[in-house]
Amino acid sequence: MSLPLSAITTLAWRNLWRNHRRTLIILAAIVIGVWAMIFMNAMMRGMIDGMVDTGITMLPGHAQVHHRDYLDDPSVVNSIAALSPAAQQALENPDIEAWSARVRVPAIISSERDNRGVILLGVDPAQELGVGFDSTDLLSGRFLESVDDTGLVVGASLLEKLETVSGRRVVLMSQDPDNEVAERGFRIVGVYEADTDAQEERFVYAGRAVVQAMLKMGPEVSEIAIVGNGYRDLGAWLPELRAALTADYQVKDWRELDGYLEMAVNIQDGFVVILAVIIFVVLSFGLVNTMVMAVFERIREIGLMLALGMRPATILSQILLEGLILLSIGLLLGNGLAVLSILPLQSGIDLSGIADAAEMAGMATTLYPVLHINDMLLSSVVVLVLGLLSTLLPAWRASRFDPITALNKN
Amino acid sequence: MASVSCKDLCKTFSQGDTTITGLDKVSLEIERGSFLCLSGPSGSGKTTLLNAIGGLDQPDSGSISIGELRVDQMSKTELAEMRLHSIGFVFQAYNLIPVLSALENVEFVMQVQGVPAGQRRDKAMAILAEVGLAGMEQRLPAQLSGGQQQRVAVARAIVSEPALVLADEPTANLDSKTSAQLMDLFIELNQTRNITFIIATHDTRVMAYCRRLIRMVDGQIVGDDLQEPAAAAEPS
Ligand SMILES: Nc1ncnc2c1ncn2[C@@H]1O[C@H](COP(=O)(O)OP(=O)(O)O)[C@@H](O)[C@H]1O
Ligand SMILES: [Mg+2]
Repeated sequence: MSLPLSAITTLAWRNLWRNHRRTLIILAAIVIGVWAMIFMNAMMRGMIDGMVDTGITMLPGHAQVHHRDYLDDPSVVNSIAALSPAAQQALENPDIEAWSARVRVPAIISSERDNRGVILLGVDPAQELGVGFDSTDLLSGRFLESVDDTGLVVGASLLEKLETVSGRRVVLMSQDPDNEVAERGFRIVGVYEADTDAQEERFVYAGRAVVQAMLKMGPEVSEIAIVGNGYRDLGAWLPELRAALTADYQVKDWRELDGYLEMAVNIQDGFVVILAVIIFVVLSFGLVNTMVMAVFERIREIGLMLALGMRPATILSQILLEGLILLSIGLLLGNGLAVLSILPLQSGIDLSGIADAAEMAGMATTLYPVLHINDMLLSSVVVLVLGLLSTLLPAWRASRFDPITALNKN
Repeated sequence: MASVSCKDLCKTFSQGDTTITGLDKVSLEIERGSFLCLSGPSGSGKTTLLNAIGGLDQPDSGSISIGELRVDQMSKTELAEMRLHSIGFVFQAYNLIPVLSALENVEFVMQVQGVPAGQRRDKAMAILAEVGLAGMEQRLPAQLSGGQQQRVAVARAIVSEPALVLADEPTANLDSKTSAQLMDLFIELNQTRNITFIIATHDTRVMAYCRRLIRMVDGQIVGDDLQEPAAAAEPS
């Protein structure tokens, strides 16, 4: 009992264009819906990517090694003395692009005018440049030159808040392992800018050996920040490193280190589906309505076809085919429009107009929309499947018409 | 062997509280190759009888056979299959699919029957020429006159050479000249292809063509006469 495909295809196509205006309106609705779905998704993905990027720069790194008590009590006491040879070996993994062993302590920075709480980072500039600091972020002056560098690199916004300028001296104050106040003067040698003011106001960089001496802590570090090659899937080095660490130390990836970022990424994944469903629900009203009208307008010819001996299944497939054609054209145009409208935006959208709001959300000030083929496929499949389901109702009703009653309808 | 056989057919319709009699104990034997007229005033049950024979409407009681097939005992699917392959229909009011051309309307049933494309096209062209519509194959129903539409419907009904053609008031919308042409065509098809025709009508000009004339009133058969058809003599 094969379907007379060519016959029902001709019928479906002609019936579709019987009422041009109605078909074009619903088609436009599908196109706009599909476009909006893909477009908004690309924006959302760009936003989340920006957030994760910023977040990873702030952490920094894709994973970090700490003393097992450090995250609960980030004081100098909970430091990393020396890694086992096995752990050292694990850090040599070719999938690890860079790592940086850093001292990280809360501190107070004071200028002649003001003081603020910051995180003092004692770094080895050679290591840090591949991890937490990017030389292109340097606004003026220089970055540190060695672990013994006595200079200090601060964020532009912090400089402003402290009402001081590059070249001036500031004092940093923290606690040593014996809970004694440790302080030292530094000269500001470099100013950096970051995606967010919060970042600029939070981190100050100094030579690692200088900070270790100031805190009287010996050659220990607070954390080892590690950068792999991509944040979504970290690779085998993480479990390998985890296995190589002694019980005193632990390694955590960025998701574990920043639950907010993990949530953001998970929201993105759910967002695709939610958006698809919302837009679809709106669409389906139009679609059901169109198909119901299309069916009841031709109730007599459907009756005629049934009376002539066409199977209900043939009627059903013909109307479903109409929906399928309509949806396919809409999806094709919608996807095309989405690609065309996103491509010119891929060099980035400047959000500085709403920079404050963006910053609050932890976003960068430039949004790079991300067009994922998977998002397009998923949106298209959702529209297609749910669209066919909503065509099914009128199609099914039409196929159940009593031929004589339908044929004699006026 | 009788081609169509009805025994004690009863059918009532209920409309609100009232019960309307459609068929009242109708029994009828129609031989293969007959050319038969169901006549009677409007509301006498002609359409109801045709629908019952064609398997479009189940009678309340009684039996209907077409050849060996017990129409009253068939499933919906079997009935659809029978209508598709064995019966040609010309309906009273509505016959053509508006989005299909004359040719496509005739081809459509064959397409559903699974007739190969080339064969289908040739047959449809030939039958349209036979009903006098050569050159109008590509017109949509809306571009044809009532008579031409009716002839497309007839072409569609007979193109697959069914055993039986059921025509309900086929001349209702036609002028007398076109009616005469259509009846001549029916007679010719009846004689050359031995197709059984059952024509419901209250048009006396149509009745004149029929060898056997059944008269119905209030769902009952009140007359069953054989007559000498005056067919071809009818002046145009
Ligand atoms: N679906 C229906 N519902 C109610 N009454 C009907 C229906 N079909 C036919 N009838 C009634 O049955 C009777 C016979 O109708 P019909 O067979 O159409 O007569 P004819 O074709 O001879 O004019 C009429 O009284 C008509 O009103
Ligand atoms: Mg009637």
